[in-house]
Formats: sequence, structure tokens, C-alpha cells
Amino acid sequence: MSRFIFSFIIYFALWVGFTTSLNGQELFAGGLVALIMALLTAKEFSEEGLENLTPHKIFYAFLYMFVFLWEMVKANVDVAKRVVQPKIPLNPGIVEVPTQLKSNPAKLALANSITLTPGTLTVDIIEDKLYIHWIDVKSEDPKKTFEHISSTFEKYIKEIFE
Amino acid sequence: MMDIIEIIGYILASVGVLFLFLGGLGILRMPDVYNRMQAGTKATTLGAVGTIMGVGLIHPEWFFKTLIISLFILLSNPISSHALARGSYRSGIKLWQKKKIDAYKNALKKEKEKNEAA
Amino acid sequence: MIYIFLGVIVLGAILASVRFLLGPTSSDRVVALDTLTTMTTAFMVLLGLLFNRYIYIDVALIYGVLGFIGVLTIARYLEGGL
Repeated sequence: MSRFIFSFIIYFALWVGFTTSLNGQELFAGGLVALIMALLTAKEFSEEGLENLTPHKIFYAFLYMFVFLWEMVKANVDVAKRVVQPKIPLNPGIVEVPTQLKSNPAKLALANSITLTPGTLTVDIIEDKLYIHWIDVKSEDPKKTFEHISSTFEKYIKEIFE
Repeated sequence: MMDIIEIIGYILASVGVLFLFLGGLGILRMPDVYNRMQAGTKATTLGAVGTIMGVGLIHPEWFFKTLIISLFILLSNPISSHALARGSYRSGIKLWQKKKIDAYKNALKKEKEKNEAA
Repeated sequence: MIYIFLGVIVLGAILASVRFLLGPTSSDRVVALDTLTTMTTAFMVLLGLLFNRYIYIDVALIYGVLGFIGVLTIARYLEGGL
């Protein structure tokens, strides 16, 4: 039941977001569509259900947004600096980064965050190891790559998802 | 007050289009697929988000819709670039010859052996 | 001002198109296509501002969604899972 309500809330919020109108008919149609979608997909949509919406998690998600945006701006300035130089400074490679996160949504969030931050791009996740293409390899040792790349994000994502 | 928000919007949009241009430049200049992806995904994501949010600030009635588009780009771009990187690697495209390390190769080999054993 | 923005995006799009034409592998072309999709989304939103038409924003949103699905499909195809 809690999973059903959670997916209904998310679908309905998406509908309101996409239509951006508070017209009665729009809301009714949205409610209907969200109800049908939730009935069909609630089982696949989420495992935790309403437990995803505790104030603690929402607070950390909000905080994380700012950390993430700042890291993203830094990433872009870094890549832009490389691109405009006459000879592009590159030192690329694929490194292995361990992660302690267990659930799939948490891993997805971590992989996405890593992709948008300085010089790193997630190529694959195999069990509890992330494989990351790094534009400027500073270390090949998995422990140190964790420090460099993902330790900042993991703290927040752990609070949000687990 | 209105004017200040509009000016911020224009500044944001200028930074955004600049990054979109740099994304195009990066994709042209980088030496291999994976490095191109770095430039292509990062610079254009910030570029598009900056431009679209800037438009939202210039035209405040549209703010909510532009916020939705930006969030969508922010969520979808890393996923598509990750899928592309994985797809290219598995379709046999090698890293640049001046690469430093390739830990993924061994991992894929291990995975394959495991699948064959099972 | 908006015309300058549009011009800069077009310049970037031309550079990405050159990469799209040069290749050399299909992955390079798809990466260029992905970049072009994102640029087009931003371009359409700017066009909406220029012509003061709300409908362009909707078009940009749908274009972004469809482009994302298209790139994902091609990526699955490259991987051999389709």
C-alpha cells in the first residue's frame, strides 16, 4: 500500500509538472492517469514506498542539490579550461572505485553525480565496484580513487537513500 | 527588483550558451570517444541548464516549466552518456593509445569467465 | 541579445556537426548527436523567448525526451542487446 501511494504521489507530481496548470479538468485527468500507472507499476517503481519521504531524507536531498551544483560548475570550468588550450592536457584511463552503497537507486544516484563532476565518467557498475573513465588519472589504487572521486557524494547519498 | 532578476537571467543564459559552444569545440578537438563524451556531456549539460534557467528568469511565468526541463536534462544526460560509454566499450572501441590504466578490461574478462562457468 | 545567443549555439552546433560527419566510428557520431540534441533543446527554449510563444517550451521538452530515448536505443544497439 505504501508503495502504491508513493508511486501515485510521484506520478501525479510529474503530471502537474509537465502540464504546469492547476485547471480542474487537467488535475482530474492527471489523477486518473497517475492512478492507473500506480496500479500497474507500483511493484516495480519502488521498494521502500513512503519511507522515501521522511523529513530527514528530504533535508539531505535538498542539501545535496547545492553540493552537487557546486561540484558540477567546477567540473565544467575544468573541462572548458582543457578544451580551449592549444594542446589539450590529457592523462586518461579507466579506474576502479569501490562503493559501500547497497541499493540500486543509491548506486544510480552516485553514478550520475560522478558523471557530472570533474573529469570523470561512469562506464559501468559491476556489483560493488564502479568503473570510471578519468580524464586526468591521479592514482590507480582503488582506495585513493575513492578519496578523489566519490567520498564527498557517498556521505550524502547514504543519508538520502539508506 | 524585476530588472535585477532579468539581468541575472541574461548573465546565466550567456554563460550557458558559452558552455554549449565549448561543448561543441570539445567534441571536435578531443582525441577519442571517451574523452569526447566528457566534453560533450558535461559542458552541454551545464550549458543547456544555464540557458534554460536563464530564460525562465527573464520570463518568470515560464519559470516552473523551465525548471522541469532543466531537471530532466540534469537527470537524463549522465544516463545517456553512461549508456553510450558502456555500449562503445563493449562494441570493441579501445581507449586512446596514450591511456594510463584500464581496469575495466580485466573486470569484463572476469565477468565473461563467470558467465561461461555458470 | 537573443540573436547573439542563438548565433553562439549555432557555431557550437556546427563544430559538433563536423565531428558528426568526420566520425570515425559510429560511437563518435552518436556522441555528437547527443550533444546536438541538448543544444537543440536549449535553442528551442531561446526561440520561444524570441517569439514570445509558450508552445516552443513544450516542443523543447518533448524533443529532449525523445532524443534521450533515441540515444539510449542506439547505445543498447551498440552494446549488442537489441
